[in-house]
Amino acid sequence: MRNILEVRHLCAGFPTLKGEAVAVNDVSLTVPEGKIVGLVGESGCGKSMTARAVMGLIRYPGRVISGSILLDGRELVGMPKKEKRALRGSEMSMIFQEPMTSLNPVMKVGRQVEEAIRIHEKVTAEEAARRSVEILTKVGVPEAKKRCLCYPHQLSGGLRQRVMIAMAMILGPRLLIADEPTTALDVTVEAQILQLMRTLSSGGTGILLISHDLGVIAQLCDHVYVMYAGRIVESADVNELFDRPLHPYTRGLLNSVRSLRGGGDVLDTIPGAVPNLTRMPAGCGFSPRCPERCDECVMDVPGLVDMGNGHLVRCRPAEGEEAK
Amino acid sequence: MLNHVLRRFFQAFLVLILVALLIFLMLRVVPGNPIATMMGEHANAAAIERMTSELGLDQPIPVQFFRYILNALRGDFGTSYSMGKPVDRLIRTAFPNTLILALCAALFAWVVGIVCGTISAVRKNSVLDRLFMGFSLLGVSVPVFMAAMILQYVFAYHLHWLDISGVKSWKSFILPAVALGWNSAGSISRLVRSTLLEILQADYIDTARAKGRGQAGVLIFHAMRNAMLPVVTMMALQLSSLLSGAVITESIFAVNGIGRLAVQAIEGRDIPLLQGTALFSTALVILGNLTADLLYGVLDPRIRKEVVR
Ligand SMILES: Nc1ncnc2c1ncn2[C@@H]1O[C@H](COP(=O)(O)OP(=O)(O)OP(=O)(O)O)[C@@H](O)[C@H]1O
Ligand SMILES: [Mg+2]
Repeated sequence: MRNILEVRHLCAGFPTLKGEAVAVNDVSLTVPEGKIVGLVGESGCGKSMTARAVMGLIRYPGRVISGSILLDGRELVGMPKKEKRALRGSEMSMIFQEPMTSLNPVMKVGRQVEEAIRIHEKVTAEEAARRSVEILTKVGVPEAKKRCLCYPHQLSGGLRQRVMIAMAMILGPRLLIADEPTTALDVTVEAQILQLMRTLSSGGTGILLISHDLGVIAQLCDHVYVMYAGRIVESADVNELFDRPLHPYTRGLLNSVRSLRGGGDVLDTIPGAVPNLTRMPAGCGFSPRCPERCDECVMDVPGLVDMGNGHLVRCRPAEGEEAK
Repeated sequence: MLNHVLRRFFQAFLVLILVALLIFLMLRVVPGNPIATMMGEHANAAAIERMTSELGLDQPIPVQFFRYILNALRGDFGTSYSMGKPVDRLIRTAFPNTLILALCAALFAWVVGIVCGTISAVRKNSVLDRLFMGFSLLGVSVPVFMAAMILQYVFAYHLHWLDISGVKSWKSFILPAVALGWNSAGSISRLVRSTLLEILQADYIDTARAKGRGQAGVLIFHAMRNAMLPVVTMMALQLSSLLSGAVITESIFAVNGIGRLAVQAIEGRDIPLLQGTALFSTALVILGNLTADLLYGVLDPRIRKEVVR
């Protein structure tokens, strides 16, 4: 199977007064053709930053520090701006986190949807309009023709999110990055959007789905990466991860979801908070919050170790436990 | 929409009547007999009385006002005492000069303001940005008469490129227009810069770039249109103040416009003329505000929708 996206040892960060804050640290991940790959982690762990790095849309003054990003075999890091621009919207596209503010408020929806066609292809206005109605209908926007003439503020949150998806899909990209595509939506709309993603991926599009909702990840993804404080801490196929979570952080995440679902009295949360980027603890970033911390953990950052079945984990105690 | 426009027009009209009343009262509560003041120290009592009744000033004030408004609606603002001509004719001959001056100043301010503001925003903190923002700071802080005299000194006295004052050809409008428009250019370029900088951080700009828009495309198709909302409002407001606020500029450059006419009215203690010019300028300001208001509604679909409701 072809890999649409291959990220290798990506580092990205922001300059601060105390030196560069590394928000994405040595991240490697792969999105194969026709698969949905999940990226989970707490708020602020660097998920959006990773996605923006792939799109080449990290906001100034942030930057990619090192590493490599291959889109269908082509290196994106260091690619001339113009070439990269030609790929954005056609070969790879992104659905942003905020459906309420990600549409231009003074431009009609139809024009925004067809914009990518007008940028990348030479087509007539009628053709562009026809195709935008077609894609809107496909993503489940009722009365698409009429909606094209609306301004974003006239649409509901769910419709706006669909418009965003239609916009990202209109040229049939090889890679779609969806950054929390359902956070702002209610459950029924969420289910419809997720179904839509499934349909897209069965058409061959590789999807990188960013979420902090493990429920969504479990329903949709083939493979999952767990991120913590800028690093990938665990990576496995979805069933493997949910059956045999190895990293204490992943377990903590799963427990908090289960205690929510189980309706227990005490909500099982992970104590503490994500460390500040400029004040990272020595050693494993999770160690200050970790129930299984040992002396080695605070010495240096553990490597990602393969525990079999392609299940990778970045945790010394977990390695030791499995070996026993 | 039509309903809204009509309502706004009606409101504007009410404001105009109110302002007329204010101007009217102000000129009548000044201590002393205005006619005596107008005719000077040497006029005799009989002449003053004759003049007073001729102008209808012996009537009760409400009657006077009512009559004034009725006449004004027919375009009759009385006769200028100091110039002996109907006020409306004086205004009509002076207005084209004021209008040309204001339009030139506005054109200068808008083009310079938008271009410099945009460059400043796109090349934030560059040498050009600092240069432009320095000039615009000068523009908003240096008073018009200073700007006028500096321009006269440099371009007329020193370089001899243009005339110092008086209207001989279109070239005569260059210096006064720049002097008058500099201030507006400064505030517009600052507004354009700050608005654009804010908008370039908006999420929909990322969306546009994610579709493959380059910097120019993002600017033209997405950022500018949004940035124009506050800018156009400011431009319309400025046009009205440029139309009515050229008193100093017109006097310094000897342009025979409304502003200069008003100064002459004050100097000549000419109540009908003063009343007429003041009312006319007020009408221009109100019209400008009305335009700004309606334009904003046309440009911003979110407001347009509220309006339709
Ligand atoms: N402009 C910036 N300057 C400095 N630090 C930044 C900037 N933008 C983001 N960061 C930091 O980068 C880190 C990663 O942010 P990112 O947006 O990728 O998080 P995230 O995982 O997407 O979180 P969320 O779930 O809230 O979207 C955060 O710690 C954030 O504070
Ligand atoms: Mg995010």
